[in-house]
Amino acid sequence: MIEVQNITKHFGAFRALDDVSLVVPKGKLVALLGPSGSGKTTLLRILAGLEAPDHGRVILDGIEATEQKARDRGIGFVFQHYALFRHMSVADNIAFGLTVRKGKDRPPRAEIDRRVGALLDLVQLSGLAGRYPTQLSGGQRQRVALARALAVEPRLLLLDEPFGALDAQVRKELRRWLRRLHDELGLTGVFVTHDQEEALEVADEVVVMNKGRIEQVGSPAAIYDQPATPFVYRFLGNVNSLPCAIHDGRAEIAGLSLAIEAPNSGGEGDGIAFVRPHDVEVRPPSDGLPRAVVEQLAILGPVVRADLLLPGNISIEVELTREQQNHLSLAKGSPVGLSLRRARVFAGA
Amino acid sequence: MRRDESSLIRWLLIALALGFLGLFLVLPLAAVLAQALGKGTGAYFAALTQPDAWAAIRLTLLVAAIAVPVNIGFGLVASWAIAKFDFRGKSLLISLIDLPFSVSPVISGLVFVLLFGLQGWFGETLRDHNIRVLFAVPGIVLATMFVTFPFVARELIPLMEEQGREEEEAAIVLGAGGFKTFLTVTLPNVKWGLLHGVLLCNARAMGEFGAVSVVSGHIRGLTNTMPLHVEILYNEYDFVGAFAVASLLALLALLTLVAKSALEWRLRDEISALRQS
Repeated sequence: MIEVQNITKHFGAFRALDDVSLVVPKGKLVALLGPSGSGKTTLLRILAGLEAPDHGRVILDGIEATEQKARDRGIGFVFQHYALFRHMSVADNIAFGLTVRKGKDRPPRAEIDRRVGALLDLVQLSGLAGRYPTQLSGGQRQRVALARALAVEPRLLLLDEPFGALDAQVRKELRRWLRRLHDELGLTGVFVTHDQEEALEVADEVVVMNKGRIEQVGSPAAIYDQPATPFVYRFLGNVNSLPCAIHDGRAEIAGLSLAIEAPNSGGEGDGIAFVRPHDVEVRPPSDGLPRAVVEQLAILGPVVRADLLLPGNISIEVELTREQQNHLSLAKGSPVGLSLRRARVFAGA
Repeated sequence: MRRDESSLIRWLLIALALGFLGLFLVLPLAAVLAQALGKGTGAYFAALTQPDAWAAIRLTLLVAAIAVPVNIGFGLVASWAIAKFDFRGKSLLISLIDLPFSVSPVISGLVFVLLFGLQGWFGETLRDHNIRVLFAVPGIVLATMFVTFPFVARELIPLMEEQGREEEEAAIVLGAGGFKTFLTVTLPNVKWGLLHGVLLCNARAMGEFGAVSVVSGHIRGLTNTMPLHVEILYNEYDFVGAFAVASLLALLALLTLVAKSALEWRLRDEISALRQS
């Protein structure tokens, strides 16, 4: 189990981390998700020992490690740009963590070779042991970097934007591969990403960060379905944020009246309602339903995205299937009725 | 039409560059050789084996043999500190490293006269202990070291900065100590840049005139380096002697350049691999 307690870190006047505490359970893969400048990479580097926190503690497997040097922490780190040793072959890169060990800690040459071979198999690069980093593609370099980090049998694997520098197709493949690899090896891992899709797909648990603070920690489903703050709502997935008036436990958006959900109830006055595009139900216009007009219609493969105009000139984005579109025979200018399957209101936001 | 025009310009530029090279490089070199061999090879070798000339050659090699390794050490340490760590006064250190480039070599020599001359700061102490710095080998070595110390550092700083710190960080996380990281990661990554800096440093160490001239005292057979010896012989109208020694200096410079080009050509793949990240 990895634990950080009340970590604060400044770079000059900039507060990169502000009293951050977090527990990473053993065997779990955790994503630190946030926009650039949210402190996620700084937190990762503090875990690795590459930065020292101003305040707070790092505890690795129950042992205080705040003052421990990076080289003694037994951590595997995969850098954003791989940081492969450019003058070494793939095999030498992978073996590095073992060959730098001193005295009796260093395995015999044959054992190192065996482990390098096994790791090359694991990352599916068996034929490339003698190549140099510049002779590899981005995805191959990434896998060498991973094998190099795994060679020291780390207690914790840290990955900084592991797929950031790859093109979309390779990224998708590597993402699934990493997830499978994690399940096979049962490692404890933390990776940094600004890509919410990546975090939701790969991680067991997602930590959403903003401006040096943790906004929410939870499973991908929980983070997506029950965002704790307006920031998490905006950052994860597409969302409509609609100004509304809150009165007597109900929120009023241009004729769409919602019951306010706990725990944000109790507010009175102005607020903002968050509604995901697929949580808006589009129906044939009928009495008793709020009305809207189709303003724009875009067909994106299997789904249709429509911008609807509510009375009061409020625009709302909805997503529906091609079947639903055909069934309702939607086109630009069609009148429709609306209801909200799910929405979340934040008072005063 | 367009194409002719551009090829015309191309040839013009090439001719210009070659002409310039010929006028300012090949022609003087040829003149040096012609003068040196003007009275036959016998006179040429006699001039080189003359005791004073031989002493000057030995002194020059000795000075380079001390100044270059010292500057390799200094250049490596300074560039490593500057490129891989953040500390107060870093930009001041960079400016100080550039100082010998921006100061006239004569001033560099005079600095040592001010420090170690009889009227200088340490003059009396040195005299009391019977240590000679000025007008002796130590002064020449010091002046040469001062003038040549930017070469290695200046070559390495931009290279190391461009390569960044990530590889070093990777090595440290993998369990390597600071010195081990330097030996196994930093040094191999800059070895060609280092070699380039060493060659340039060496060429300058052997060829330095101004600073050495101030501190040397021009004692024949004792404190004359090759460039100083050339000047003395020339002033005495011993043209064969002067140009024979000069041709040797030119040869050293040429060898340095050839060695550098040969290395760059033979290792171009590896060098370009190290430049990429």
